[in-house]
Amino acid sequence: MIEIKNVSKTFIVDGEKFDALKNVSLNIEDGDIYGIIGMSGAGKSTLVRTINMLERPSSGEIIIDGKNMNNLSAAQLRQERKNIAMIFQGFNLLMQRNVLKNISFPLELAGVKKAEAQKKALELLELVGLPDKAKAYPAQLSGGQQQRVAIARALATDPKILLCDEATSALDPKTTKSILSLIKEINQKYKITVVIITHQMSVVEDICDKVAILENGVVAEEGYVTKVFSQPQSEIAKHLVYPDYEGGSVVNADYGTLARIVLNGAVGTPLISKMTLDLNMLINLVSVSTREIGGVIYGNIEIGIEDKNAFEKIREYLKQYDGITIEEVR
Amino acid sequence: MFENIFSPETLTEAWGIIQSEMLFALWETLYITVIATVFSVIIGLPIGVLLVVGDKDGVLPLPKTLMHIINIIVNILRSVPFLILMIMVFPLTRLIVGTTVGTTASIVPLVIAAFPFVARLVEGSLREVNPNIIETAQSMGASPFKIIVKVMIPESVPSLISNITIAITTILSYTAMSGIIGGGGLGKIAINYGYYRYKYLVMLVAVILLIVLVQVFQSVGTHLSVKTDKRLKR
Ligand SMILES: Nc1ncnc2c1ncn2[C@@H]1O[C@H](COP(=O)(O)OP(=O)(O)OP(=O)(O)O)[C@@H](O)[C@H]1O
Ligand SMILES: [Mg+2]
Repeated sequence: MIEIKNVSKTFIVDGEKFDALKNVSLNIEDGDIYGIIGMSGAGKSTLVRTINMLERPSSGEIIIDGKNMNNLSAAQLRQERKNIAMIFQGFNLLMQRNVLKNISFPLELAGVKKAEAQKKALELLELVGLPDKAKAYPAQLSGGQQQRVAIARALATDPKILLCDEATSALDPKTTKSILSLIKEINQKYKITVVIITHQMSVVEDICDKVAILENGVVAEEGYVTKVFSQPQSEIAKHLVYPDYEGGSVVNADYGTLARIVLNGAVGTPLISKMTLDLNMLINLVSVSTREIGGVIYGNIEIGIEDKNAFEKIREYLKQYDGITIEEVR
Repeated sequence: MFENIFSPETLTEAWGIIQSEMLFALWETLYITVIATVFSVIIGLPIGVLLVVGDKDGVLPLPKTLMHIINIIVNILRSVPFLILMIMVFPLTRLIVGTTVGTTASIVPLVIAAFPFVARLVEGSLREVNPNIIETAQSMGASPFKIIVKVMIPESVPSLISNITIAITTILSYTAMSGIIGGGGLGKIAINYGYYRYKYLVMLVAVILLIVLVQVFQSVGTHLSVKTDKRLKR
């Protein structure tokens, strides 16, 4: 388990103090795929880098499997880092080494024999689906392939934890999906705890079990992805979950009343059409945003309706459905 | 001054000198250049590494005062003109070689002049290494020493080669100056015949040979640098 306890980080830039992390506490259980999401500059990278002490917290503790990371000597920390692999947005492969030598690099550092390291590297290359690229150099690979090599390299020392800092941000949607499913596969096959930093909602939806939303160095909200994404509580979470939060898409249109239907479970019916027929009511569709998380549909539909009266009617009507509610926007 | 440079007599005379001395001088120049470069790299490379890793946010931060001292020494040695440096290091040369004149003796001031230059070039090469790659190695638990020998230096090999090529060509031009204090080579020929005895044709040939040497070193260096660089897609 990774325990992040009251971690704060203050940077001093030109004599000015800047609090990048403020009293952050999170528990990440073994085997979790834990997402940390937030806007640019929220402190996500800083937070994940404190886990392996690439960034020393100004205060607070990181405890991994009961071991306090803050108090380790330089040599102990180096040893511990072999259990905590990390992959990055920029892949960070050694450009002058071929793929095989990149993957065996951590083993080389650990003093593993060359033949053994090479054997392991070939196995991992197989796992990430690039068996024919052993002799290629990173510059000859696509971004997605480079990230696969970086993942293989990260797995070389059989780590218990995999930290991913924007690992898919430089990739196109399709490649992102394939990398994410590889990470999921690794998580299940080797029971590796995965921490994923991202600013992409879709990444969290796709593979994370739990999520923490970071805003200005503070955890605004955390918990199971299904819960946080279906019933966001904090302003920032609503921003992230509802693309048109604050009615961003509604420009000077007179709908009378603007309401939001929140879907918090599977919907098997053509809800809106059925409702307009049943209630004999005209509805303006403002925006629809739904997503599937773990086989269940979540999301929201913004509608424009005549008045408060209509709003009450809809509310009554929706009571027959589990997990569908309506709230007034304005 | 150059009016009789191509008269039949000067031509025959020059040809005689070229035949009897030029080949040996060429060899001496190569010898001095290569030996001086090797020593300059042996001393300059570690200092260049220290200049990078010893930084406040380097992989092996060293005490600020130590870094200051290294920097100042490098800067001082780099700012003394080579001709004066040659004379200033006489005592050191005598200590190491036993004499201050001659071909081997001229290697000492060359190294003293060139290693700080090499250190700065190495510093530049190592600073080009992507800091994210260094951080990745740190995240894998690599020690500072391993980062230096397995990441920083190997990753900057192409740049190191092209910088050392610059060092070689600079040292080569310095060897010409060391002819003044009795160092051998093409420089000595050029000075002895061109400056003291007005045999400009001999001097001209020596200078052309120096130019050819620079060209050869430069093209070999550039070729090697490109050839070793795996960042270039091929
Ligand atoms: N070494 C540093 N020195 C000074 N300020 C820093 C340093 N590292 C990060 N910061 C600041 O801390 C804040 C958080 O940075 P961080 O990189 O953690 O953000 P992030 O959430 O990862 O953003 P992004 O999505 O853009 O990567 C930023 O305002 C950044 O400028
Ligand atoms: Mg970041």
